[in-house]
Amino acid sequence: MTEDQFDAYQSLAEESEDHRWAFGTGFTDPLEGVDTSVPDGVDAAALAAYCLMLADDALVYSHRLQQWMTRLPELEEETALANIALDLLGQARMLLARAGRAEGRGRDEDQLAFFREEGEFRNVRLVEALDADFAELTGRLLVFSAWRLALLSELAGSADPVLAAIAAKGAKEVTYHRDYAAQWVVRLGDGTTLSHEKMQTALAAMWPLVGELLRPEPVADALPGVAVRPEALRAEFDAVLDAVLAEATLDRPPATPVALVAGRGGRDGVHTEAFGYLLAELQSLARAHPDATW
Amino acid sequence: MVTGGKLRAAREAAAAVPDPELPMVTVADLGILRDVTSEGDAVVVTITPTYSGCPAMREIAHDLRARLGLAGFADVTVRTALAPPWTSDWITAEGRRKLRDAGVAPPGPAAPAPAGPVPLTLGPPRRRPVACPRCGSADTTQTAAFSGTACKALYRCEACREPFEYVKDV
Repeated sequence: MTEDQFDAYQSLAEESEDHRWAFGTGFTDPLEGVDTSVPDGVDAAALAAYCLMLADDALVYSHRLQQWMTRLPELEEETALANIALDLLGQARMLLARAGRAEGRGRDEDQLAFFREEGEFRNVRLVEALDADFAELTGRLLVFSAWRLALLSELAGSADPVLAAIAAKGAKEVTYHRDYAAQWVVRLGDGTTLSHEKMQTALAAMWPLVGELLRPEPVADALPGVAVRPEALRAEFDAVLDAVLAEATLDRPPATPVALVAGRGGRDGVHTEAFGYLLAELQSLARAHPDATW
Repeated sequence: MVTGGKLRAAREAAAAVPDPELPMVTVADLGILRDVTSEGDAVVVTITPTYSGCPAMREIAHDLRARLGLAGFADVTVRTALAPPWTSDWITAEGRRKLRDAGVAPPGPAAPAPAGPVPLTLGPPRRRPVACPRCGSADTTQTAAFSGTACKALYRCEACREPFEYVKDV
């Protein structure tokens, strides 16, 4: 065997059982070798449901960000958004695996990502919306990452060691996402008359969906010490948004939350029209080849 | 049983695996390789991802099995450790030297975890200057906070005008 065969690309040509067909493929359980037993006294079903919510937020938003690839104004933004989408996909994979193990029905990350119906997804509706322009992209990323960083920072102290480890790792990543988004919102908001107007319009368009991030969640209430109650994140979320918007000379839009459907929203599986199209793109290949490995 | 000299040989073989995306350094140099132990006749290798979405983990596990196989260890288990999370502080002095020699600026010390909310950075990052790996000048500018892999940022040297990558301090 020569050194060449250790080359990451050369070795793909080897006959092997591990289904690698390109760099980074041949997916295995992202929690392989991690002790995923549910701690004593923790409601396993609630833990699975909670992890699924946080996984779906990351999975769906990652997919939306991936749709921006090849459409961004500069190569640097392309690499930035690709990295952010990749970080979120990594978080989603681990959280889906955590949910699957806690649930105990034998579903792995692929089954949860590709073979659930629309009404079984638990993501907030903020992440499924299609960005109309670059202002919406950066505004939504700011809102999402300010909220998620506050959440992951708290979750790093979770009584579930697996969730705590996933969160501690993710918090470092989302720190970069939030700074990236905040710097763009400031640049556009405090930029030209046109960029200011577009940024303000973008915030107004998405603000009705912001409230859902901080809405009390019964699943979190059922997991004291393990989950973070969404309403507990409001103070940090508001402080960050206020600081960025002030620097960006932007006004905080009025808080008029989008209506729930019979009291149900994204966390209950009620989504917007845009979500069906997103899911079709995300799932169609896996559903056309249900026995494929990736 | 894999003990003593055999375990040392397994450790050496595992430590020599190059990182697939930064082939100038090994997984040991980067601090990705956390432990090599044995369980009966099996060699158990523990690795940790640098970033949650790092696509190189699978390649690293494959390369570990291949190198250990060549070194005579057929029974290899590769495990993932998520906690504590990887920090760029785990990159060894040797790893930093190899990165610099290859034109990649090694990371400065990572900021300690904040006691309260993570501080917001609205302007250019106020960290210690990153020295150009080619000419050594400290007169450098960050051109993007992200680069071709999850662990790096893009910089430009104002003295020699060369662009270069910087391994982010996290």
